[in-house]
Amino acid sequence: MSWPLWEVFVRGKRGLNHVHVGSLHAPDAELALRHARDVYTRRNEGVSIWVVPAGAITASSPDEKDPFFAPSGDKVYRHPTFYVIPDDVPHL
Amino acid sequence: MSERTTPEGELERQFERTVAAEARIEPRDWMPDGYRRTLIRQIAQHAHSEIIGMQPEGNWITRAPSLRRKAILLAKVQDEAGHGLYLYSATETLGADREELTRNLIEGRQKYSSIFNYPTLTFADVGVIGWLVDGAAICNQVPLCRTSYGPYARAMIRICKEESFHQRQGYELLMTMMRGTEEQRRMVQDATNRWWWPSLMMFGPPDGDSPNTRQSMAWRIKRHTNDELRQKFVDMTVPQAERLGVTLPDPELRWNPERGHYDFGTPDWAEFKRVVSGDGPCNAQRLAHRRKAHEDGAWVREAAAAYAARRSAERKGAA
Repeated sequence: MSWPLWEVFVRGKRGLNHVHVGSLHAPDAELALRHARDVYTRRNEGVSIWVVPAGAITASSPDEKDPFFAPSGDKVYRHPTFYVIPDDVPHL
Repeated sequence: MSERTTPEGELERQFERTVAAEARIEPRDWMPDGYRRTLIRQIAQHAHSEIIGMQPEGNWITRAPSLRRKAILLAKVQDEAGHGLYLYSATETLGADREELTRNLIEGRQKYSSIFNYPTLTFADVGVIGWLVDGAAICNQVPLCRTSYGPYARAMIRICKEESFHQRQGYELLMTMMRGTEEQRRMVQDATNRWWWPSLMMFGPPDGDSPNTRQSMAWRIKRHTNDELRQKFVDMTVPQAERLGVTLPDPELRWNPERGHYDFGTPDWAEFKRVVSGDGPCNAQRLAHRRKAHEDGAWVREAAAAYAARRSAERKGAA
């Protein structure tokens, strides 16, 4: 009998995103939170914790990373530096 | 998403390029089987060492001489448990099964650091473990913060931050004892005598006798050889011993101005092999204790799982 695996995300302080810190085993979500507090925040590393069943995460496959992320690679016009503006135009 | 398979040779070249560029390998990347096996073995042994490492110091929690020392020791032993858990979590990203790892440990199929098979005879041992054993561990572990496997490197960064407290509390404890009575100073010297050589053995066999080192360095799992790290540890520790006022038990220990390093004697490698292969002073006791803790905890694991199953069924019934 094995407890399910949970992925743990910690918000370091107000204003920051939750960041993945690791995983742990726990029988349910409540105990996963308590274990996460003991394992990953013994020194004020967090103000908020998320636990997510590891099986609930859908991930892109690294093997397909080139075609999967290709659409963002060739759209230079999405970046502000693509546009040529004369130096004497203020505040732009 | 479309199916696309890349030929193995190309995957291997990608892996090697990533490692050579000092980028990190992440869990879902393709990796050579040997790389995966080596990592699982090394990280699991490291995790087991943290878990078994709770015992020598745990021995003194109920007999710590003050509430301050007891609180410190409790926090330190709790950290060791946490370190074990970070590392087990890293092995699971490689496909290892947690329960199987626990079985491998308690059935003696996987090893842990030989240092934890020595007994803690006095409270001075708690200080010397923090100073020398955790000091040696830090020497070993700081380069692992840059190891090529991402989850292992990230676990090591957390661990190294916490180890610094471990080493400093040990040294502070020893300084306090050295300011005490003659008997306390003798205890510190005695503990130093007993832990010095086993601490040097923590870096593993000499380079000529360490068959896995070359491949591990090529894969950038390891960043320095055993002998390089051992030398670094000796160089760092000698001035600390002088400041503390203890003698390191090695008549060959002396500064070598030509090398710019301390020369030191050879650890008893026959003893190292005996302890690693199970015949140290406390091997049987450490494993028996770990096995008993696991077995005694079975009802807790079962009760928590049964409670979770019932709650989940109730929620489904209510929906």
